[in-house]
Parts: sequence; C-alpha cells; structure tokens
Amino acid sequence: MRALSKLSVSQVMDALLPVLAVLAALVVGAIMLLALGANPVEAYGALLEGAFGSKNAVAETAVKAVPLLLVGLGICIAFRGNVINIGGEGQMIVGAILATLVGLSAPNWPGWVVIPLAMLAGFVGGAIWGAIAGLLKAYFRVNEILSTVMMNAIAVQVMNYLLRGPMIDPAQLELASKIPQTARLAEAFRLPRLAPTRLHLGAAIAVVLAILVYVLLWRTTLGYRIRAVGQNPDASRYGGVNVPQYVVMALLLSGAFSGLAGATQVYGLNYRMITDGSATGFTGSAGFNGIVAALFGQLHPIGTIPASFLFGALLVGANKLQRVMQVPSALITTLNGLVVVFVVSSEIWRRRRQRQRMTATMVKAEQEPSLSLESGADS
Amino acid sequence: MISDLFTKTVLIGILASGIRLATPYLYAAIGEAFGQRSGVLNLGVEGQMLLGAFAAFYVAFSTENLWLGMLAAVIVGAAMGLAMAFVSINLQAVQGISGIGFYLFGLGMSDLLFHTLLGTVETVSGFAPIHIPVLSDIPALGEIFFSQNILVYGAFALVPIAWFVLNKTTLGLKIRAVGENPQAADSLGVSVSRVRYLTVTLGGSLSGIAGASLSIALLNVFQQNMTSGLGFIAVALVYFGGWRPLGILLGALLFSMVNSLQLWVQVLGIPVPSDVAVMMPYVLTILALVVAVQRVRSPSALTKPFQREG
Repeated sequence: MRALSKLSVSQVMDALLPVLAVLAALVVGAIMLLALGANPVEAYGALLEGAFGSKNAVAETAVKAVPLLLVGLGICIAFRGNVINIGGEGQMIVGAILATLVGLSAPNWPGWVVIPLAMLAGFVGGAIWGAIAGLLKAYFRVNEILSTVMMNAIAVQVMNYLLRGPMIDPAQLELASKIPQTARLAEAFRLPRLAPTRLHLGAAIAVVLAILVYVLLWRTTLGYRIRAVGQNPDASRYGGVNVPQYVVMALLLSGAFSGLAGATQVYGLNYRMITDGSATGFTGSAGFNGIVAALFGQLHPIGTIPASFLFGALLVGANKLQRVMQVPSALITTLNGLVVVFVVSSEIWRRRRQRQRMTATMVKAEQEPSLSLESGADS
Repeated sequence: MISDLFTKTVLIGILASGIRLATPYLYAAIGEAFGQRSGVLNLGVEGQMLLGAFAAFYVAFSTENLWLGMLAAVIVGAAMGLAMAFVSINLQAVQGISGIGFYLFGLGMSDLLFHTLLGTVETVSGFAPIHIPVLSDIPALGEIFFSQNILVYGAFALVPIAWFVLNKTTLGLKIRAVGENPQAADSLGVSVSRVRYLTVTLGGSLSGIAGASLSIALLNVFQQNMTSGLGFIAVALVYFGGWRPLGILLGALLFSMVNSLQLWVQVLGIPVPSDVAVMMPYVLTILALVVAVQRVRSPSALTKPFQREG
C-alpha cells in the first residue's frame, strides 16, 4: 500500500512538470515584458482577457486550438515511434491543396459528399508528404528531421506555384492585381459553425480523433508496434517486427493528421487558399506550435486536447496584447520556444524518478529471487 | 533565352554570387560540424543565426561600426550555444526537440527585438568587397574569387582551419573521441562535458557570424525570419558532407551555386516559374542526402547524452 501511494505521488509530479515548465516560461516572459516597459500583470491580464474574456474569445481560442490539436495528435504518434516530424507545416499545406482541389473540381455536388471527401483528401495529402520522409528514413537512412524541414520548403513553393498558376481564381486572372488565391468554395461545402462565432465542426472532429488516436496507440497492434519500435528498435527487430515499415507508418500517420489540419483550415475558416509566399501565411505556424502542444500534453492524445486549448489561448491573447499594449505578438513565439526547451529539459527529473522506481522494484525482486530475473539479462 | 545563361558576364556573375552565397552555409555548417563530431546535434542553428543577424545589424546600425556588430553576433551566438550545451549536457534533453525550442526562441526573439528597437526595415552599408592586389586582376577568376568581402574570405579560410583542428590537434582528437566513444574518452581523463561545451558554444558563435554575414555583408538589412530555412539547410550540409569540413565545402558550394543559378534565371527572365526554381535547391538537398548518407557513418554518440556508468 505504501509503495502504491508513493508511486502516485511521483506520477502526480510527472504530470506537474510541464505545468512548471510553462510557469517558468511565463516568468521569463514577465521579465521580458518588464524590459519592454510593459507591466507584466497588466499584460498577462490583457492576454487572459483576449483569450477568455467573452464567449467569442473562448470560441476564437478553440478555433486556434483545432489545427494545434490535429497536428499535435500526429506528433504524439511520430514521437512515440521515436521519429521527429518537423514537417507539420508542409503536410498541412499539401493536405489543404488536395482538399481544396476536391471542392473546386466538384462545385455542384452536395456538401455531405464533398466535405468528407475533402477531409479524406487532406488526410491523404498529409500522409503522402509524411510518408516520403518516412520512406527516406526507413530505406535510405536520411534523417527525418532534415527531410521534413526540406519538404516544408518544397510544399510552400508547390503552393505558391499552384496558387499563382493552375489553381488561381479565374476572377483574379482578369484583374491586374492577380492575388495568388483559389476561387471560393461553394457555400454548401463549409463546415457547420456555431453561430455567431467562427467555431466550426473541425473542433469536434479533432476531439473525436484524439480519442481514436489514444485507442490506436494503446489498444491496437499497429499502435503497440509503433511504440515498441520507438522504444527499442533492436528488440522489436528480434521480435520479428518489420521495423522500417513502422517507421514509415509513424510518419505517414503523423503527416495525415497535419494534412487534415490543413483541410479543416480551408473548409472551416477561409473557404479558399491564399498565399503570402510563406508557410506561416497559411498555417499560422501551427505545424510548429502543434509540437509544443503535444509535448505539453506529454505526447498523450488526450493530454494534447487541453494543451492545444492553452496554446490556442496564448495565440489569441497575443493579438489582444499587441492591440492593447503594443507588445509585439512575436513574444508568444519566443515563449513557445522556451516552453519546448523547459519541457524537454524537465524530463530529466521524470527519468530520474523512473530509474528510482525501477531500482526499487529490482531490489525487491532480488530479495525474493524469481525465475524471471535469471533469463533475459545476457545479450 | 536559355542561351543568355552562357554569356561570359552571366557565367561570371553566377559563379561570383555562388561563392558569396556559400558564406552563411559555411560558417553555420562548420560550426555545427564541431558540435556533431563531439556528439551534440544542435538543431537551433536557425535561431542562433537570426539572433546573430539581428545583433550584428542593430549594433552596426547604431554604432556605425561593423566590427562591433560582428562582436555582438559572436557573443549572442555563443550565449545561445551555451544555453543549448547546458540543456543537452547537464539536463540531457532530447536534442532534436530542444533545438526546435531554441529555433522558435530565436525566431520570436529576433522579431520582438526588431519591432521594439528598430520598428522599420533599415539598411547599413555592410562590409565592402576587398580586391586582392594582383589576384583580382586575373580575368574572370579575379572577379569570381578575389573581389569578395572579408566575411567571404573568412568562411573559405575556415574550411582548412577546421580540418586542421579536427584532424591534426589534440583538441580535435578529443572532440572525435568524445563523439565516437565518450566512455573510453572519459576513462582516459578527457572531460566529455567540457569538450562538448566548447564545441557547442563555438558552433553557436559561428552560427552568429553566419547570421551577421547575411545582415551586414551580403544583404545589409534585417528582416523578420530573414534566414528562411538556411540554418536547417546548414545542418543538412553537415550530414551531406559526412561530418568533414571538405565535404561540407563541396555541399555548400553545390547548394549555393544552384541557388545562384536560380536567382540569375529569374533575373534574366527565363520562363521557368520562379516557385519551381526556388524549390530546386531543396529537392537537390534531399537527393544529395540520399546519396551522401550511404557513404558515411554518423558519429556513434551523436544525440546521446553522456553519463558515467554506476
């Protein structure tokens, strides 16, 4: 009984670590605000007010959280499989392109056919973009961090090319301005909204998918193998698991969720694709911030839900901060970076406690020798 | 139109700007190579470059002294490197992810400082080309190689220096030992963490210089996210170059030449969609990585934190 209560205390500590990491980042943020000549209490007040001050503010926070959660779910899968997917930005873009193509090529079809097809297209688009990096890693030993970063840059140019050329709004072709954007999607294809806010069905889809990803990772063979390969590829190989295949799977699925995030941005918010030449112009950096959210959610799909909401709040609050107190919203990017650094740095305490727990069990097991200890050890 | 590419002036122009464009890649990638040879993958290069670029620009802009700007870039880069070293060595954080954190930090911080301290896009007159006597008078070659600014010369000089340090000095031996077999190095009395601190901090200051080379030597402006992925490409170049300075030089040149060609294609109005042209260097990097990684093995202890056993 005593061991049990000890265990739960240290588990509570584990769960608290990311919270402490965020608090630490906010403290650093407060110092930066002071240096900028802003009162940190007022500034964080404005941020909270901006994120939660009204029903509409909360809805906006949720709207911002949707792509973070979807990308974050993909990150949970990838990181659990020990592949680092930095390609969320590119995967979102490719997913959005394919989804938009579906809507533009069948303008007269009913919405209940086109919307699911478009979401599927987004899923597939992201999956393809992720799988390329997966294949390169599994079969050509190309580091996935580097390939996904390159694939981001390629996706941006593909988007710019398509939106300036083949996919440009025919109406823009007549004008001198030639804004690089697609035509607007038919009204029937818009994801339903909770009027009067902009909160769209994508939020519900994302939450349901979070539960499905949990089931996938912990209740299916596929998920078990992705995690096993992530934790110990050698043992998995001896166990007869086709390791490269699961590396590809992890990146493919991870990309798919980012692709879906891109699709929901188009069908839930903008109803068209438009580019300012950069990736951020379309994604709002969700491909990176999703990583932050997933890490904060301890790479657990369910934990990523509140985490995404929190970081959505930071993003929405940052706009208010900029409007009211003239603090550049770049502050939030800075803080997000610090959160990542602090969260991964704080892992050391978790690992330490894990080791303590393991030694405790080992010592106990040694006192009562059993067969299980004798086997295995040799390699 | 394509034939326009093959006139003498254009070819010289492509090669000269190719040499120039290799500069930031060389500083950043050589710096990163030191870290990786000792076993630390620093993915925050892009963030270090951005902060270095801003520091150099701001100090040069307000003091009108380019060398003070350089100093600022070195200090800021080294500070970022120290932070990365602390997080990777003492706190043993997962390097691929903490690096992304430092990237986001540098991206946000440089933007924040830019908005607060400058507000608008300004320009400085950066390092001027130095015409090396005699050599710069050689037809064609003179213009390509010997009429560049000092940071370009510095970048190319760094390659043999890095080669010498890594392969011919005790320090280099320690760096390689720590990256290949930290346990053995440790048992021989080499301080693994001290060596890693040194390489990662050095890498940071070189990344800072890489940023400065953009903001006060090549482009002479500072803009938000002006490196746009350059730092990540520099990390890729380390893999491409097989962790050897000469390999990195080849990779950087290949990359910058393609980039330069791409720019000239646009300048000359050759009908290739600019987006496709801009994309080419990235596609090339991926293909180059596929070819390159089959040849060489990465340092054994890369990304693995060191811990004494027992």
